[in-house]
Amino acid sequence: MNLALLFDGMLVVLILAVAVWTVTVRDSFAAGIGYAVYGLLLALAWVRLAAVDAALTEAAIGGGLTSVLMIRATVRLRAGEAAARAATPGPLPRLLAALLGGSVAAGLALVVLALPDPAPTLAPQVAEHIATTGLGNAVTAVLLSFRAIDTLLEAVVLIYALIAVWTLTPDRFWGGRPGPKYETDPNGMLAYLARLLPPIGIVVAVYVLWVGADLPGGKFQAGTLLAAMWLLAIMAGLTEAPPISRRWLRGVLVAGTVVFLAIGFAGVPLAGAFLAYPEGFAKPLIVAIEAASMLSIAFTLALLVLGPPERSDQA
Amino acid sequence: MNAPTLFGLCGAVLVGLGLYGLVVNPQPLRKILAFNLVGSGVFLLFGVVARRGAALGMGGDPVPQALVITGIVVAFSATALAVALVLRLHDLTGAATLAPADADEPPAQ
Amino acid sequence: MSQLLDLWTVLAVGAGVFFFFAGTVGLLRFPDTLTRLHALTKADNLGLGLIVLGLLPRVGSPLAGLKLICVWLLVLLASATASQLIARVARRAGPPA
Repeated sequence: MNLALLFDGMLVVLILAVAVWTVTVRDSFAAGIGYAVYGLLLALAWVRLAAVDAALTEAAIGGGLTSVLMIRATVRLRAGEAAARAATPGPLPRLLAALLGGSVAAGLALVVLALPDPAPTLAPQVAEHIATTGLGNAVTAVLLSFRAIDTLLEAVVLIYALIAVWTLTPDRFWGGRPGPKYETDPNGMLAYLARLLPPIGIVVAVYVLWVGADLPGGKFQAGTLLAAMWLLAIMAGLTEAPPISRRWLRGVLVAGTVVFLAIGFAGVPLAGAFLAYPEGFAKPLIVAIEAASMLSIAFTLALLVLGPPERSDQA
Repeated sequence: MNAPTLFGLCGAVLVGLGLYGLVVNPQPLRKILAFNLVGSGVFLLFGVVARRGAALGMGGDPVPQALVITGIVVAFSATALAVALVLRLHDLTGAATLAPADADEPPAQ
Repeated sequence: MSQLLDLWTVLAVGAGVFFFFAGTVGLLRFPDTLTRLHALTKADNLGLGLIVLGLLPRVGSPLAGLKLICVWLLVLLASATASQLIARVARRAGPPA
C-alpha cells in the first residue's frame, strides 16, 4: 500500500462521507451546500484518475452551477419544507430502498472488480489519427473531430433544455426578464467583487479556451466561467438579465450551433463527409467552432440557472 | 487493489447511495440532488474505464473522458429543467412535494 | 541546494496544514457564526498562503509559479467577500435563540 493509494483511499472516504451527509441531512439548504462540497471533492478524484478536463468540467458545473441552482431553489421552497419533511417514509420503505441501493451498488462493484485485463482502449486509434486535427489535447480532438457529431447534438440539447425551461413561463410574463430584480448596495462587498472579478474571469476563460487545444481545457469549462461571471454581475445588481424576447440574445444562443452546422455542411463538398475538416484547415475551423460555442454555452448555462421569466419586460 | 478499482467501487457506492436518497427523500429538490449523485457515480465509472485504458503516453483513454464531459453538461441541463419544473409546481399549487393533491382543486394561475 | 528547497517545501506545507487544522478546530469549537468565520478566514488564508509558498520551489516554470500566486490571491478575494456577506447576514439575524 503506497502513499498515493493511501491518499486515494482517504479521498474516497471523504467523498462517501459528504455524499451520505448530503442525502441524509434534514435541512435542504445544507444539502445544497453539501452537494457543492461533494462536487469539488469529486473534481479532485477526477484529477487522481488523470482526467483533468473532466475535473475542470465537474468543478465548474457540478461544484459550481448545479449548486447555485439548488441553493436558489431551496431558498424559494423553504416555506413548504416542514410540510414536505412530514411525508418521509417509515422504516419499512427505507429498508427496502436501502436493499435496492445496496444491491445495485453490489452489482456495479462486481462489474468493476471483473473488468477485463488488459483493458480495451481506443487510445492507439486516437494517437494514430490525432495529427490530422493539429491539436495536442486528445480529449479536445475526440470532442471536436472524432466525435464531433456528439458535441453538435449536445449543443442542440442545451438549447432544447433552455426552450423547455422557457415554456414554463406564466403567460403574462412571456418575453420578460428571468430572475428577480437584484437590489444591492452599489458600494457594498458584492458589488465590489462583481466589478473586480469578471475581468479576471474573462481573461481566464479565454485562456482556458485557447490552451484547451494542447493542454486540458476547452469550451465547456470556458463557457461555464463566463456564465458564472455574468451571473455574478446580475446577482450583484450591476446588470439586468435581458428579456428573453430580444433578438440579439436568441442570436447569441444559437450562434455556436449555427457555426458548427455551417462548418459541418461545408465539409461535405470540401472534404467528402458531414463534419469532415479539409486537409490543413482542421485547427482553424476547430478554434472557430470552439469560440462561437463558448459564447453560446455561456449564455445558455447562465439562462438555465436563472430560470423562466418572472417579471415582464418593463419591470 | 489499485487506484482505478478503488474509485470504481466509490462510484458503485455513490450510485447505490443516490438511489436510496431518490426513493427515501420526500422533497423533489432532494430527489434531484440524489439523482445527480447517481449521475456522478456513473461518470466516475466511466472515468475508471478511461484510466484503465491508459496507453501510449496518454494518462487515460480519451474517448470515455470526452463522453463524461458531454454527460456532465447534459446532466446539468436536465437538472436545470427539473428544478424549473419543481419551482413552477410550487408556484401553481403551493405544494413542494409530489404527494397527490385533492382531485377537485382547479390549478391556480 | 535542492535539499534546502525540499526542506523549505516540507516546512511550509507542514505549517500550512497546521493552520488549516487550527482553522477547522476553530470551526468546530467556536460558539457562533461570527467567531467561526473569524477562525476560518484567518487560519485558512494563511494556511493556503504557506502551502503556495511551499510549492513554489517545485513548479516547472516561473509562469506556473505566478499562476499559483494568482490562485492564492483569488481565494483571498473570494473568501473575504463571502465571509463579509455571511457575517452581515449573521449579524442581522442576531445570536442563535
